[in-house]
Amino acid sequence: MTTETTSGIELNNSGQPGDQEEHTGISSKESKKVEENIDQEIVNNPGETEQVIDPPSPSTSAGQQSPGKRQKEIPESKGISRFLPPWLKKQKSQSQVDTNENGDKNILREKGSAEEGSSPSQIKEEVDIGGEKDQPVAIKADDKEEKRSISTEIQPTKEDNNIDDKQKIADEKEEKQEGEKDTRDAQHTEGKKILHKTPKKMKTVMCKVKLLDGTEYSCDIEKRAKGQALYANVYEHLNLLETDYFGLTCQDSAYQKNWLDPTKEIKRQVRRTPWLFVFSVKFYPPDPSQLSEDLTRYLLCLQLRQDVSSGRLPCSFATHTILGSYTLQAELGDYETSEHSDDYISGFQFAPNQTKEMEDKIVELHKTHRGLTPAQAELQFLENAKKLSMYGVDLHYAKDSEGVDIMLGVCSNGLLIYKDRLRINRFAWPKILKISYKRSNFYIKVRPGEMEQFESTIGFKLPTHRAAKRLWKVCVEHHTFFRLSSPAQPPKAKFLTLGSKFRYSGRTQAQTREASIKIDRPAPYFERTSSKRVSRSLDGAPIGGTTDQSLLKDYSYTKADNAVDGIVKAQEKAIQEGAEVSPAKSAQFLLQKDTKSLMKEEEDEEQEKQSNSLRIEGENIYVRHSNLMLEDLDKTQDEILKHQASISELKRTFMESTPEPRPNEWEKRCITPVPMPSQGSLEEEITSILFSKESFTCMNFTCAPSTQRPAEGSFMKDRVTADTFSNTHSAQPENFIPRARGMRTGLSDAHENSDEMVEETKQSDSDTSEPSIAEDIKVGVNGEADSFNDAVEQSTEVEDIEKKDKESLSSSDGNSDSENEEAEYQTESRCSEDVLKEEPQETPEVVVQTEEDNQVTKADGSSVTVAHLEVITDNVTKEVTITTFESCENNITVNEEVPQDEQPKINGDVSHIDVDTSSEIICCSEPPVVKTEMVTISDATQRTEISTKEVPIVQTETKTITYESAQLDDSGDLEPGVLLSAQTITSDSVLTTTTTHITKTGKGGISETRIEKRIVISGDSDIDHDEALAQAIKEAKEQHPDMSITRVVVHKETELMEEEEEED
Amino acid sequence: MAGLALSGFGRCTHAIVRAIPDSLCQEALRTEKGSVVDISLARKHHEQYVGVLKNKLGLSVIELPADECLPDAPFVEDVAIVCEETALITRPGAPSRRKEAEAVKKALQDLQLNVVEMTDENATLDGGDVLFTGREFFVGLSKRTNQRGAEILADTFKDYAVSTVPVCETLHLKSFCSMAGPNLIAIGSSEAAQKALKTMQQMSDHRYDKLTLPDDAAANCIYLNIPSKGHVLLHRAPEDFPESAKVFEKLKEHMLIPLPNTELAKVDGCLTCCSLLINKKTSL
Repeated sequence: MTTETTSGIELNNSGQPGDQEEHTGISSKESKKVEENIDQEIVNNPGETEQVIDPPSPSTSAGQQSPGKRQKEIPESKGISRFLPPWLKKQKSQSQVDTNENGDKNILREKGSAEEGSSPSQIKEEVDIGGEKDQPVAIKADDKEEKRSISTEIQPTKEDNNIDDKQKIADEKEEKQEGEKDTRDAQHTEGKKILHKTPKKMKTVMCKVKLLDGTEYSCDIEKRAKGQALYANVYEHLNLLETDYFGLTCQDSAYQKNWLDPTKEIKRQVRRTPWLFVFSVKFYPPDPSQLSEDLTRYLLCLQLRQDVSSGRLPCSFATHTILGSYTLQAELGDYETSEHSDDYISGFQFAPNQTKEMEDKIVELHKTHRGLTPAQAELQFLENAKKLSMYGVDLHYAKDSEGVDIMLGVCSNGLLIYKDRLRINRFAWPKILKISYKRSNFYIKVRPGEMEQFESTIGFKLPTHRAAKRLWKVCVEHHTFFRLSSPAQPPKAKFLTLGSKFRYSGRTQAQTREASIKIDRPAPYFERTSSKRVSRSLDGAPIGGTTDQSLLKDYSYTKADNAVDGIVKAQEKAIQEGAEVSPAKSAQFLLQKDTKSLMKEEEDEEQEKQSNSLRIEGENIYVRHSNLMLEDLDKTQDEILKHQASISELKRTFMESTPEPRPNEWEKRCITPVPMPSQGSLEEEITSILFSKESFTCMNFTCAPSTQRPAEGSFMKDRVTADTFSNTHSAQPENFIPRARGMRTGLSDAHENSDEMVEETKQSDSDTSEPSIAEDIKVGVNGEADSFNDAVEQSTEVEDIEKKDKESLSSSDGNSDSENEEAEYQTESRCSEDVLKEEPQETPEVVVQTEEDNQVTKADGSSVTVAHLEVITDNVTKEVTITTFESCENNITVNEEVPQDEQPKINGDVSHIDVDTSSEIICCSEPPVVKTEMVTISDATQRTEISTKEVPIVQTETKTITYESAQLDDSGDLEPGVLLSAQTITSDSVLTTTTTHITKTGKGGISETRIEKRIVISGDSDIDHDEALAQAIKEAKEQHPDMSITRVVVHKETELMEEEEEED
Repeated sequence: MAGLALSGFGRCTHAIVRAIPDSLCQEALRTEKGSVVDISLARKHHEQYVGVLKNKLGLSVIELPADECLPDAPFVEDVAIVCEETALITRPGAPSRRKEAEAVKKALQDLQLNVVEMTDENATLDGGDVLFTGREFFVGLSKRTNQRGAEILADTFKDYAVSTVPVCETLHLKSFCSMAGPNLIAIGSSEAAQKALKTMQQMSDHRYDKLTLPDDAAANCIYLNIPSKGHVLLHRAPEDFPESAKVFEKLKEHMLIPLPNTELAKVDGCLTCCSLLINKKTSL
């Protein structure tokens, strides 16, 4: 099974297109997906499917499945595990078990690369597998909760069998939905068969879909089905072929509308039961006359009638009358004096403020349309509607840099900025280099104007993090759908390889047009329903696409939204998302449990920690940063490979220097947090913490310091200090526990504080992971940790992986809001690093260092190191701490922090300094005057201080990965040494700031020199952080040839999205 | 029928003009102090202008009488925006001009247009700041026109995008630009004009052709689409702007009608200022 699976997966990745075409005359990726899924399920995992079918106990079935899955899983172990030393692997496996016990969710990963890494379970699996690195695909399913994943799992195996299997598929009741799609592709024949057969035992959920004509369509959908299953049903019901312009929205409690992602499980995207959806137009075709079928135009008409009558699409009196008259003509036919009494029109709702005068005028115009067929009248309707300036503009509320209320409108041509109905700026897609969001901020990087040298980044403040993400997704989708339709654009496939999580999974406009041309069927008969019905239903019916109502609600909006705006790209098969999410959760749960247990053990200490800043500051580890490069097609496989190479180089460098550590209890416990890798979204936010014994000793200190400085409670800091100041403090093994505890507590606190956040972060993780998958299976591990570019895949080497919230960093941000996700989508060419230079990110750190020095003298140590870590929070930071021991005497710690974010935000979190550098304002150089700023909201990296400030709350998630060499100078550390000397040296270059801490301690006649280097790399995603890291480590080694590196801590900080839709 | 018909851009059936009062010489507002207006010459130019509209182009011209209390009244463009069947009576930025609207409003109502008044006390809008391209509006934010005025314009003409363009150095947006064809923007060469053009280009989803003229003032011309004559362009005479006239003469498709306007120009009067063009459909 395993081998097959892998092969199958590979096939999927590369071979799908071809297969699809073979199967279906119409090549639509979605359809492909569906088919593949079905086929795979049937063929490959007959057993599994059956199990699923079994009505009695889904859970049991899951359990049964597990063996098979495990095998599959084993092959997956592509991720970090291969890099991990055996002992570590063991630990990880344990951790996984824990997660399973917790009853977390299933994890499915077809490609497994990125996703796998992220999910704890995956890691575990990988560990088990051990040597098997080769197999790219990892499939994971947690037994307990969800079987949904099965379909996804199955997918990889199949493609070979697709054709043969079709028949089987049809037979199979379970997958009728998917089958429908196939059938649909195959001219609907098969699909119908499938439809009729309903699996008796399957767990199904009633889905209700409000259609554009006001009627409601309901069907039973398998509980674990993906969105596409429902889409298939709806399209089938509508007999619609030109489907790409449409979508289903689901509304969360806050009345926000989110697009149902066909590639993700429905249940992940719907929070409430019953499942209610609204069918609506997603992409308004600029030229409706180019649509192939009248049916499609009819549906578009229905949508526009709603838009117009609700006021969402504003139009003048005259236009209202014209549109109304065509509506009458289409629905009632020619005006007949005998039939149409004066009030025949009264039942129609044409405009938000409909007057008698208007109705009269409409009737008057209606009389002039004599002879027009319904289809002709609708075409005329569309020809008039399409000229409206707000046609197809998706509005989002926002504020500019000055806090002025504006609206951002996403349309086929780009991004429009409105203030009070006035267009104050416009950014066409070609002008936009990158779209990103961070927390509740939305950024666009704009191509420099003629007279300008530098790109400018313009920031907008959205009401919520979610709103920012939704806007971002809408932009990504619109860009993909419309912009990439232009011939100049490279094929979609290439685009996909860029590897951002979010992608539009459907066809582009160009593709759909192409497909439309090929539609060869007699014009389907359809019955037009009276717009009366529509009007009646309007009130209650949520309308897709538009934002007005939803926007308003956004503000109040809570959290839930599953909606998957962004549809993950088809090629990737986004299938994994749901699974991913679940693992993450499980991981988190584990963490919590661990922490709890720890707490029990040592309540006192724990309490102290918790009470202390730990909670406040440290919690969110999840850094999320996803880059979507809109039009940056530059990144090719070569680059990716190169990237990988650099990563591997990095790993090698590190591994060579470090002996294998042996696991101790603390480490074991630490293992639980492993899920981190999964989180590693494109951005690499890997926080690894390596603990040397010294560090452990430090634990005690940490606790104290943490209390003193609530904000600083980050472990990283503690460790560092500990290392540095080990002399002062006696190190005892016991200490470890407390420390661990502290960490856990911190984590747990964070979780507790914001469960939502965690989920969100998970989501984000999943999102990020996908892209990596798409890129390469190999990347797998890397993908987890990193985004393409940035990815630092140290994780593989990492002995211990912990998720750590940078307390200081995340704490302020994360706590306050769970909105730390970032995502970037580059539209065109790569962004130059200029922006970075412009940004004053580095300054904060410098300041911090100075502070550190002071502290060092104080010997408080803990706080000092911490400061460093935190400094970079806002930016994506990678911190690599390399500690080298020479005969236990010398330590070199290199901390590298790489802020990846291009965005000017510098949250300097220098603990001591309130850095809020917050806002840099980047003005658009361009003439149109939109006041935009980099909304840098000061984040809070600041610890305690932050709370007092009103600073917009942003969560940052940070991942810390620590690679620790096993060699521990146990004896030496345990005993408190005497601090002989300490010095700090700071050097800056353009992109990096290097701080070197040299501490000499004496213990019993043995002097130990510990050098800790902190390298902060801040910059755009463009910067190859991995390479920079590798270089830094290399240099460190060269500089101190006689020392060994004990620890490398990579801290990547990215702002996390609060919620990731994908999870939803 | 409602607008949105791009092909009909420039179509015109009616024009509203207003005679020049004697008070214009002394009392009319002007950005450049000290210039002396030759009233008789100004009237001569104005008569020529009206004559072209009425006789040469066959428009129904409604000539409003002069009012000595309203020295700026001949510039009827500023007090109303007419687009298709709807007329927005503006609230001119200069308080002294607000009474000009009364007569114009009545004339518009007589034409059975849907007349909308700008009543917001905080809003100011001069028609000279409003450039309608047939696809969208550009509104210059100037000393005479503010954001609120532009918003009301946007509310009135909901079908169209209304984009704002900062105007700093000149009185009005149309002091240096106008439409010279269905898709053609005439633009002056000054830095301010070019900057405004760039702004407009960025703000628009549509790509306009541009006709760059050496003289900003010459860029204010009147494009009409007269069924029997095709593209018609009223532009400043060669005597006024010889270099710019040469540029206009390169427009082969247009019927060019040069008009002198030196005197009214001294009180910031442009060609477009002196008339309100209305396309009144007879059908319906």
